[in-house]
Amino acid sequence: MSLAVQVLEGNRLALARLLTEIENNTEAGRSALNELFSHTGRAHLIGVTGAPGTGKSSLVNQLARYYRDPPEGGTRRTVGIVAVDPSSPFSGGAVLGDRVRMRDLAGDPGVFIRSMATRGSLGGLAATTATIVQALDAAGFEVILVETVGAGQAEVDIARLAYTTLVIEAPGLGDDIQAIKAGILEIADILVINKADRPGVENTERALRGNLDLAHPTRRLMNAFETGHHGASVRKELPEKEVNHELNWSPPILRTIATEGIGIAELKGEIDRHRQYLVKTGELDRRERARIASELDLMLQATLVQRWRSSIPDDLYQQVLGQLVQRSLSPWQAVQVLLAGGRSK
Amino acid sequence: MSERKIRVLVAKPGLDGHDRGAKVVARALRDSGMEVIYTGLRQTPEMIAEAALQEDVDVIGLSVLSGAHMALVPRVLELLGANQQEHVKVFVGGIIPDEDIPRLMEIGVVGVYGPGTLTEDIIRDVRSAVIGAPTA
Repeated sequence: MSLAVQVLEGNRLALARLLTEIENNTEAGRSALNELFSHTGRAHLIGVTGAPGTGKSSLVNQLARYYRDPPEGGTRRTVGIVAVDPSSPFSGGAVLGDRVRMRDLAGDPGVFIRSMATRGSLGGLAATTATIVQALDAAGFEVILVETVGAGQAEVDIARLAYTTLVIEAPGLGDDIQAIKAGILEIADILVINKADRPGVENTERALRGNLDLAHPTRRLMNAFETGHHGASVRKELPEKEVNHELNWSPPILRTIATEGIGIAELKGEIDRHRQYLVKTGELDRRERARIASELDLMLQATLVQRWRSSIPDDLYQQVLGQLVQRSLSPWQAVQVLLAGGRSK
Repeated sequence: MSERKIRVLVAKPGLDGHDRGAKVVARALRDSGMEVIYTGLRQTPEMIAEAALQEDVDVIGLSVLSGAHMALVPRVLELLGANQQEHVKVFVGGIIPDEDIPRLMEIGVVGVYGPGTLTEDIIRDVRSAVIGAPTA
């Protein structure tokens, strides 16, 4: 029986093996995926990103518990979790510690957790994370939570992979200038201030909200500059009925305390609401198409580079590299020489 | 690039709360290029076997300082067998009396390491258990 068929039948050992094959980029992994790809596209993919230590793993743990056993008695969902931690740039090794916060999920056959190292990728995910997610999707997990490495400002690959991206903040990290920089805050579909029992939570929320008001001028919240007694601006809200909630999405800001499970129900509610928005506006299809296009492009690039590299003789490559090191060629000239040499051979 | 990485689960079964040794070993294995999944304190054998399955590890390192190794280690091996993961190599570290070592090796443990062990020795043994001993 093929690996793919075993995965479709719910064999967890086969799934674990498949994930290893995918990570190691083997022929076995690729051929299994060829069989499985038509079974993908059903799971809701949720990205969880944010700075190190903001509580991503703890939130993933709580969300997964909520999906498994909704306190309000809703449908139980099966949950796949992919947790990414960085590889050492020196040794290539890694310590993958996200499971430490996910011990509540042990023993539940409706949950599958896989840790992975970035293996040199810089965008907050590993090169094979998207493919790992496909495998879990094909295996039938209904919700897939993808936790990035502790992300700073530019690790935004997750926005291409997930349908709903949660950006996790915590009180006391940076001021309002951090909040208007480009990058990670822009990709948030939902902003979460975790550790909301810590001092400074009001300032963090104010900075984030101020930034959102700049970014989404058509939102329900309008700043009407009424001249009050002290010339202060007064916030005004449009009447509820004038706002078409279904066609606009502005990222909500939520407070959570993951270690105590506080705010998780609201967070899950917002994730559902975002999913409905994606479906109703056609944004889901658009994101799906963009996601698949970017995966295809990456795969094409990697394959073409590999094919071309194997077509040029190694001594030519080494010779050009030598000239480059001696500064007798510029990098651009070196590329031209190699491209020309590759063709003439 | 396709590259085979050795994946190791470092776990502390049982109730003792001392994980310094486990962390030192995890760090040393990391620095030798392995991917180490660290699961934290107070794991049951069931939790360890489940994590080993989901993570498809090549090696498990169990750290026990509580004296309960003769109950915990055989149970982990038994569960690995039940999950068809007999190929996973199990190492044990911590406070293990000499007279228990032959019994542990007999049931399938690959190596037992006490205080004072050089991390280089552990790295070498793990690597050769997974890839095969270097032909000297």
